[in-house]
Amino acid sequence: MEKNKELRVFAEEIRVETLKELANLGFGHIGGSMSVVELLAVLYGREMRIDPQNPQWEDRDKLVMSKGHAGPAVYATLALKGYFPREELLTLNQGGTHFPSHCDRLKTTGVDMTTGSLGQGISTACGLALGNRILGRNDAYVYLVLGDGECDEGQVWEGAAFAAHQMLDHLIAFVDLNKQQLDGSCDDVLYMGDMVDKFRSFGWFVQKVDGHNVDAIAEAIEQGKAQQDKPVMIVLDTVKGKGCRLAEETFPCHHMKFTPEQIAPSIAEAEAALEAARRA
Amino acid sequence: MYTVKSVFEKEAREMRAVYCETLQQLARENDRIAVLDADLVGSSGTKPFFNEFPDRAIDCGIQENNMIGVAAGMSAAGMIPFAHSFGPFASRRCVDQIFISCAYAKLNVRIVGSDPGVTAAYNGGTHMPFEDMGALMSIPQITLLEPTDSVQLRWMIRQLEKEYGVYYIRMLRKNAVGVFEEGSDFELGKIARLKEGADVAIVCSGILVGEALKAAAALEAQGVSAAVLNAFTWKPLDAETLAEYAAKCGCVVTAENHNITGGLGAAVAASLARTRPVPVEMVGVNDEFGEVGTEDFLRKRFDLTADHIIRAAKAAIARK
Repeated sequence: MEKNKELRVFAEEIRVETLKELANLGFGHIGGSMSVVELLAVLYGREMRIDPQNPQWEDRDKLVMSKGHAGPAVYATLALKGYFPREELLTLNQGGTHFPSHCDRLKTTGVDMTTGSLGQGISTACGLALGNRILGRNDAYVYLVLGDGECDEGQVWEGAAFAAHQMLDHLIAFVDLNKQQLDGSCDDVLYMGDMVDKFRSFGWFVQKVDGHNVDAIAEAIEQGKAQQDKPVMIVLDTVKGKGCRLAEETFPCHHMKFTPEQIAPSIAEAEAALEAARRA
Repeated sequence: MYTVKSVFEKEAREMRAVYCETLQQLARENDRIAVLDADLVGSSGTKPFFNEFPDRAIDCGIQENNMIGVAAGMSAAGMIPFAHSFGPFASRRCVDQIFISCAYAKLNVRIVGSDPGVTAAYNGGTHMPFEDMGALMSIPQITLLEPTDSVQLRWMIRQLEKEYGVYYIRMLRKNAVGVFEEGSDFELGKIARLKEGADVAIVCSGILVGEALKAAAALEAQGVSAAVLNAFTWKPLDAETLAEYAAKCGCVVTAENHNITGGLGAAVAASLARTRPVPVEMVGVNDEFGEVGTEDFLRKRFDLTADHIIRAAKAAIARK
């Protein structure tokens, strides 16, 4: 049983809203949106210094969702935090929307960095952390979310070396280790070895936790903030499609099409999980 | 306003020395100026900046893609980064980072690619960018610049401190032919008119500016009046001035140290096709790869001399 009840409730709210967004569209990046829900709940529900009324506040913490296809989950989180009305989420991917498939800092209030071409977010996150340090914003953290499939990209490892060399200890990164990419299992498509060992060998402070346990994520972030001189990597052991039965039972579930009838039971289950969390 | 010199000679100082000195001057007043390099600090001449501002000078190592992304992120934090590598690696190798992390995200980054075209000389075909401007040309809203001499370079770097956007500066590292008097200033996106003329307009950039001025003087001696226009901004191109001179001269010659395909020649022709179609002849690299040699050898090898401009001018006039 998790101690942080309010974060569990927030996570289930994000899950329900994300599923409704995608259900309205009938297709989308459901697997990788579901797997980062608990992380988003911990970041926006507790860890990040932000002000939804002042989204451009210079000293705020920032998130680079380098696996930009998790946009739908980010948008649901931001709506729940009050950055914009929740109803707008239903315009996901419609012409003229503020909510495109991949995160766009110009289109969505509260999105800190444009992503979608995989591998690039680690570099922009390093630049943000470095810029903050140069400008003396010593309290500001930059959070970075990498996909495990994304780690196929060489630029990720350029950034990994750079962050450690520059001792960017206000960069707190995550690999969403959900073990699937578009064409199948990560190990089958391109075996990348152990993420913990890899980042540790690059000089990062590395932990691995259950990515669906809000307490474990929050604790790992606190551990990361407590140490100095190294960038922080928290490998999140996750399930792709977590909490959406339709996605969990489909392989691979990176991007799926579904009818309203197919997705409805999963939404009902997510809503039941939310109710249970509220009652707990 | 700019003033054109009467005699065109190699400058005493290298372009890179002026580049670094200008950045140092700006950085003393502006704590947001930062310099990044990809293991070419010695080559780019920015060592003095690294010594004076160690906290704002980042040698990223040999990782150009990451460097461009870091520069984009730094600009999102409020910094004004200048990131350098050799031309092919600052442009061709980083097209996606420049496109997505910088331009699509509407961030504020200056990218400097050095050793344009044949000036890469002994580094040869791998390091000889005939395609850097072309590789970046189709990125929406990017500004592509090629400074002519140290006076124009100094103005450009100072100007870019004040601008917002994504800028690629195709910079000669060594000594340029001096064209402008000290203190000249310019306008981004506006052609500098070096010489008036009535029979043909030569639109030139970079090391071909000196050749164009030589060609114009030789043509003058043969009774041909050639205007010389310095298109130091390749994108956005100054369509208005091009159309004005196309109308006045009736034909155009372009001259560039770059592949004509995707280069200045193609851009000028496309612009004139939409405004004032006239015969256009193009001096530049004709869809070839670079190779090793002295700069002088390579200028001849790739048809980048005053003689080639003179021949092109006569051919353009004959087509009127």
